[in-house]
Amino acid sequence: MSFPWAKHYEPKQPLMRWLDEKLPLPRLVYGAIGAGYPVPRNLNYFWNFGVLAGLALVVQIITGVTLAMHYASYSGGAFASVEAIMRDVNAGWFLRYAHANGASMFLLVVYIHIGRGLYYGSYKAPREMVWLLGVTIFLLMMATAFMGYVLPWGQMSFWGAQVITGFFSAIPLVGESIRIWLLGGFAPDNAALNRFFSLHYLLPFVIAGVIILHIWALHIPGSNNPTGVDVKGEQDTVPFHPYYTAKDGVGVGVFLLIFAALIFFSPNLLGHPDNYIEANPLSTPAHIVPEWYFLPFYAILKSFTADFILPAKLWGVLAMFGSILLLFFLPWLDTSPVRSANYRPKLRIALVVLLVDVLILGYVGGAEPIARNVIMGQIAAAYYFAHFLIILPWISRSEKPVALPHSITAAVLAKHGGTSPGHSALTTDDALTHNTALAN
Amino acid sequence: MVRTISTLIGAAFVFVLALALFGTVKTTITEPTPESVEHVFHQEPADIHLASAGLFGKFDDRQVQRGFQVFKEVCSACHSLKYVHFRDLTKIGYSTAEVKAIADQWAIEQPSINPDTGEPATRKNVPSDPFPSPFANEIAARAANNNALPPDFSLITKAREDGPNYIHALITGYQNPPAALKREFPSFSTPPGLHYNPYFANLNIAMPPPLTADGQVTYVDGTKATKDQMARDVAAFLTWTAEPNLNARHAAGIAAILFILIFVFLAWGAYQNVWRDLKH
Repeated sequence: MSFPWAKHYEPKQPLMRWLDEKLPLPRLVYGAIGAGYPVPRNLNYFWNFGVLAGLALVVQIITGVTLAMHYASYSGGAFASVEAIMRDVNAGWFLRYAHANGASMFLLVVYIHIGRGLYYGSYKAPREMVWLLGVTIFLLMMATAFMGYVLPWGQMSFWGAQVITGFFSAIPLVGESIRIWLLGGFAPDNAALNRFFSLHYLLPFVIAGVIILHIWALHIPGSNNPTGVDVKGEQDTVPFHPYYTAKDGVGVGVFLLIFAALIFFSPNLLGHPDNYIEANPLSTPAHIVPEWYFLPFYAILKSFTADFILPAKLWGVLAMFGSILLLFFLPWLDTSPVRSANYRPKLRIALVVLLVDVLILGYVGGAEPIARNVIMGQIAAAYYFAHFLIILPWISRSEKPVALPHSITAAVLAKHGGTSPGHSALTTDDALTHNTALAN
Repeated sequence: MVRTISTLIGAAFVFVLALALFGTVKTTITEPTPESVEHVFHQEPADIHLASAGLFGKFDDRQVQRGFQVFKEVCSACHSLKYVHFRDLTKIGYSTAEVKAIADQWAIEQPSINPDTGEPATRKNVPSDPFPSPFANEIAARAANNNALPPDFSLITKAREDGPNYIHALITGYQNPPAALKREFPSFSTPPGLHYNPYFANLNIAMPPPLTADGQVTYVDGTKATKDQMARDVAAFLTWTAEPNLNARHAAGIAAILFILIFVFLAWGAYQNVWRDLKH
């Protein structure tokens, strides 16, 4: 697909030749994640996280399908069925802890994967479609994770469902009707639990489908790399297999190490104690908080406490959804032709501030709503929007990038102290023209 | 064009947040939130270092059995244990015959149906039964407990922050409100029927002190049954009821981590080997 020097699949076994004629599935795999996919040779460990996210999805589907064999999606029995899994199903505790912590691991690697894309400009031309599909996957994941958290029917499940579906009631006029329609009742109950279970089982397969599109779209321009400079020739790339399968092996190992530490030694670290209390519509928990991966968005929601034309609640809901939806526009908000923030001194600072900002929002999302935290959250939420909608578009206009390396190979050789005949850093203008020309 | 539109939208969000921020700051200055009594006088439980804590933690079966005895003789009068079965007791060292006897002699019988008349009835417990609840339903439980509901104990240590330590601290934490409390919060009171306990979230708990004297339980293994000892033992038992597979989990975890470490080592070697001739 991507580059003319990509190796072609040549089946040697008669059986594989036969299969290749009838259904070239091995050919597809070879070209997608095998030796037939040329990849820049300078990828760092941040490029492991796509594979890790794929692995996390597989883990979630396998453990989830098995859990569904023992789970009862009935509001009167869901909590007890989860306890039966924990106590009486063979290795049921392992399946459930793996699934619950697997969701956290999945979101964690996806956040790092998104952060990688933000820093190295992987959302820019010619990879806009890869980015759009990625944001779609992220939205589907958030919906799936939320509905999955409702299934054990603990206190946080129930009240989380109550709060999240309550967002829709902020819509003027029709909001309340939409909320009731979504829940199948006036409050979360059996109808809501059953439809959440149905969708929680369905959406991961939708995610898997969009991941196929995500990888397909990626293979047309090929992978980005830490310099953000385009591939110029064969010397810039290596075949995905064995080079990156070997490197991904190390990443997979470290991922499993952290995952196992969570499952076996601290399985409830990221959970909330209240979810071990069965759902009770008559008793509101003192402090309703979502899972850690939603906390920054929850903080944005809570930060809107003033009415201005629209009611505060509607602003909060608009801002919360907007904070994710604005990512769809990122390829057009950032107009700089330079991809990697390594060569964009101002953006680099802005991105470090953004990272700290999101961490602050995460803290505020889970913290008590005392004045200090609310003030911190409001400032951090303002910076979040300012970053994407104001700072980034203006930086990409005014910033002077530092000199880009001539090519990926030149960058690699320069790093190792050697010089190659073709190695000379282009002037900034040359590099800009060059990258823009390729981008178009 | 995109830049202009995005700047306007961004400015709108920032402006509304600035308004909200102004409101927060103004309220903070004009109406500072008074310190809450829970915030000042609530205490965090001390660590009781159970054998099951830590990476290599394993239940101390004798301690868990003592805790079971406390549960049986004290707690089970009010608290149910509905997700635990008598058969589970074999995992803390009781023999099948002992479990059969424990079930058979349990003070509360298992709800059942009279096979001849179809009327509700009760029968003796067998090992496959869950622990029967002391009250028929929530209304009965509240009626007998000054309108408070004794929570089920199956998951209590996982359903409370810092569960095992919390159980120990709560049971041993009953006391008179400190003098400073009455001075700083004159409006605070412990209504009749409630009990002051600084480890409880709102400081006034409905449960009367369950352990009132040393020696309330006579341990079969001869351990001296001080209040502190009984509280520790019942905390150990309730850690087990919430997480009965903890021993297996820790053992499997050590094996899994060692296995994955070997995998990482081999994967690292393979990675170095594949890339040895290529600068990157």
